[in-house]
Amino acid sequence: MALLEMRDVHVSYRTRAGLVPAVRGVDLTVEAGEILGVAGESGCGKSTLAATALRLSPSNATVTGEVLLEGRDVLTMKWGDLRTVRWAHASIVFQGALHSLNPVRTIGQQIAEPIVLHEKVSDKAAAKRVDELLEQVGLPARRARSYPHQISGGQKQRVMIAMALACRPRLIIADEPTTALDVMVQAQVLDLISSLVKDMGVGMLMISHDLSVLGATCDRLAVMYAGRVVEEGPAKQLFAAPQHPYSGALSAAFPTIGDRASRLAPRGLPGDPPDPAQLPDGCTFHPRCPVAVPSCATGAEPQLRRLSPERAAACVLLEGSPS
Amino acid sequence: MSVSTAAPPSARSVAWARRRASFGRVWKEFRRNRAGVAGLVILGFFVLVALLAPLLADKSGLDVTQATGLPMHPPYPGYPLGTDKQGRSIVTLLIWGSRISLIVGFAAALMAMVIGTLVGISSGHFTGWAGGLLSRFTEWFLVIPFLPLAIVLASVLGHSFWILIFVIGITSWASTARLIRAQTLSIEARPYLERAKALGAGHWRQMNRYVLPNVMPLVFANTTLTVAGAILTETTLSFLGLGDPFHVSWGSMLENAFDEGAISAGAWWYLFPPGIAIVLVVLAFTLVGRALETVLNPRLRER
Amino acid sequence: MPTTLVVEAPTPATVPVASTRRHNLRYVGGKVLGAIGSLFFVAVFNFFLFRVLPGDPAKMLTRNHAVPAEQIAQLRKQFGLNQPIPQQFLTYLGNLLHGDLGISFKFRQPVTTVIADRMWPTILLLGISTILCTIIGLWLGIHQAWRRDSTFDRSSTSITLILYSMPEFWLGMILILVFASGFGPIPGIFPTSGLITPGVDPASLQGVLSVAYHLALPVITLTLAYLAEYSLVMRSSLLDEMGEDYLLTARAKGLRDADVRQLHAVPNALLPSFTLLVLNLGFVVSGAITIETVFSIPGLGLLSYEALKVPDFPLLQGVFLLFSAGVIFANLVADLAYPLLDPRVRPA
Repeated sequence: MALLEMRDVHVSYRTRAGLVPAVRGVDLTVEAGEILGVAGESGCGKSTLAATALRLSPSNATVTGEVLLEGRDVLTMKWGDLRTVRWAHASIVFQGALHSLNPVRTIGQQIAEPIVLHEKVSDKAAAKRVDELLEQVGLPARRARSYPHQISGGQKQRVMIAMALACRPRLIIADEPTTALDVMVQAQVLDLISSLVKDMGVGMLMISHDLSVLGATCDRLAVMYAGRVVEEGPAKQLFAAPQHPYSGALSAAFPTIGDRASRLAPRGLPGDPPDPAQLPDGCTFHPRCPVAVPSCATGAEPQLRRLSPERAAACVLLEGSPS
Repeated sequence: MSVSTAAPPSARSVAWARRRASFGRVWKEFRRNRAGVAGLVILGFFVLVALLAPLLADKSGLDVTQATGLPMHPPYPGYPLGTDKQGRSIVTLLIWGSRISLIVGFAAALMAMVIGTLVGISSGHFTGWAGGLLSRFTEWFLVIPFLPLAIVLASVLGHSFWILIFVIGITSWASTARLIRAQTLSIEARPYLERAKALGAGHWRQMNRYVLPNVMPLVFANTTLTVAGAILTETTLSFLGLGDPFHVSWGSMLENAFDEGAISAGAWWYLFPPGIAIVLVVLAFTLVGRALETVLNPRLRER
Repeated sequence: MPTTLVVEAPTPATVPVASTRRHNLRYVGGKVLGAIGSLFFVAVFNFFLFRVLPGDPAKMLTRNHAVPAEQIAQLRKQFGLNQPIPQQFLTYLGNLLHGDLGISFKFRQPVTTVIADRMWPTILLLGISTILCTIIGLWLGIHQAWRRDSTFDRSSTSITLILYSMPEFWLGMILILVFASGFGPIPGIFPTSGLITPGVDPASLQGVLSVAYHLALPVITLTLAYLAEYSLVMRSSLLDEMGEDYLLTARAKGLRDADVRQLHAVPNALLPSFTLLVLNLGFVVSGAITIETVFSIPGLGLLSYEALKVPDFPLLQGVFLLFSAGVIFANLVADLAYPLLDPRVRPA
């Protein structure tokens, strides 16, 4: 059984301007011990999608479909069951760790909080576990007594990781874990994440707009655009040889860490991500696509087509049988 | 190809066109705030009553020697809200009292706004000991309880219409000053002011041309709330006997009611109307002020 | 196998202990000096209030009374009005530090004695009202914000806005009319005035109950009149806080909604509103003056009212000084307590 399985998930926001679709039919699977990366620009719906895994979507969001955590649908669970599942079965490492920590409570208190809540242990036992967790992510135990404003951005991100591990979850969702970190720290955090996954058999869903980061760390990749998955496949393959024009542009936009040649020749993607309230007709990518043909602007939106046993992409220009 | 013969628009007319446009935007957004619009309507009503007072109620009705009603009597024909102890019609008192309450409120708030803006901008603009001193000065006025201060001032200066306005103004300017100071500090941190300084703009020019126009909308919203507070302060001071002894106001009506034993006489017709009028007017100003704040500060808009 | 990383990047501020103590002392010292300065300025204000205006201060002090010339001369001597101003000021300050606030015109006793006699009812009234006001106001604000736009929010916010717009003494008068005198079908259940039933020993149980009975309406009035500011500020503050990311983290951990609110949102929301809330005390104190007048509670407020009828300047100045001192002290305590609430303000 897959750790996480999303089936035909749709998320729309009720706004003053009407119903805005943020996620328009996404299927995903994460198995134990593997890292699935979800890539895309801001506004493509990847964070929205991640929030559904623990039913954390904002109150004005409508979520349909199925989100199965080890076979149980999170979206229809009873409230009490959901609270038990949160953090203990699956946890989230949030992006922008600058504001994801409570400014007036110590690091130790915040990491211990879910431990005391879910495992019903004493404060002393929880404090001991906090020290272990901090050591695991490479922070000295005395940091437990610090407040968030007293530590650096990289340290805060490590605290978020330690916190996410607190209740020994089987699935971790990392939402932009390395954004706003400098490159040195970024590399360290990614190494930490990979080794944790391998050592503990945890499954991970990693979200980022930086395709090179995902390409280096993940086992499989899914690329999202305008609320849908437009390409998926093994990470290294996809990064090295993207099939969908968007994936190609995305991978070219980010230099590979350590590869000097790619730094010198970035190819950017013109235009802005589409407004979810006013999506283009036909293929949503066609206004920015370097290889678009006239039929891309009309006609139905391309579906994901299986190109090989492990690869799929949603572009009419690609050969292959419908999945 | 035709060539336009009109002169290019001057900088001033461009600025005014921009101001008109932004005022239009503000008004459009304000219209959407139902509470604010309701407040504006209530205000309009009371201002109208105050302006039309001579038409609505005979001024002779205020004269104790000409009072013809039965003393301390509940409503009866000719006296829709009953009478006070001297037999004057409550309605007449209420209508004419609106003038003093509103005028004193407006005037005192204006004074508070002028002082508050001056001190606020200066304390925000001038660094070093001058700004610090002004800032401490503002803090002092904020901390000190206003009524004991007002009582001491009024007892020394005496009781009159102008002294009343002065005393209320003195006790009301500090919160405006603090707000304006905070706003000035944030404006002064912006890059275009640095450029102006680099180009040689002096203190007065900086404050006048750059800070003041940006601060004005906030001042306007805050002044509305200050008027609300000023009217309440006028009511309180008049109630205590420190108001204008020659004119009737809603506060002095309550003072008289209290002194004349309206409570033990059960004279609800004497006690309810002035208070309700005060609540309506103060509430109206508060709603309008809060609506303006919401419109001018987008962060507050979801409230 | 635990993974440990190599070198930890240098962290901000691991400050040696001695410098922390110095920082603390500087902070506390600064605040205390500021409070003393404010109090000093009140004294200066009181001093110059008479001497700044043209005319003879002695004549002004007695302007409403027919006073023979030699008594005026004696007043001048008593107040040292013959001496140069700096000398007068020093004498005045000296007197102040010795607790001499002058002689009351009306009571012909030292101002300090008069004030001491009338202090306790006000302390009782203000103390109870402030506590109730704060608790109820904050509770309301928190729940209004948390369930924003619900029926509870809309209706209670409207009610608080109306209470906010009311003169507190008018509310008092109406409550007396309805609940003390009796109005229409409602019988009068509370006493209309006074602090205690005459003849009852205040120290006895009966006395305590009588005081409680008499203070019920005044306390209710003051509480209702001033809770609006607390609830409006708290509501606004919590609404600001509710969009923050750390609340999402708290929810994701599986906390109950009430715990997310009480353990995470509220402690943060209190911080920006703290200073505003403490400043509100000045208004509650001011309200005590009119409420005591309306309910005839023999405290400092009613004393102020009696004094201004005369006008009894030494007494008025003494009460002003005392009220100001009380509020300044409360603000000082709040300033010193703030770092306890917000760790970001403490030294590293």
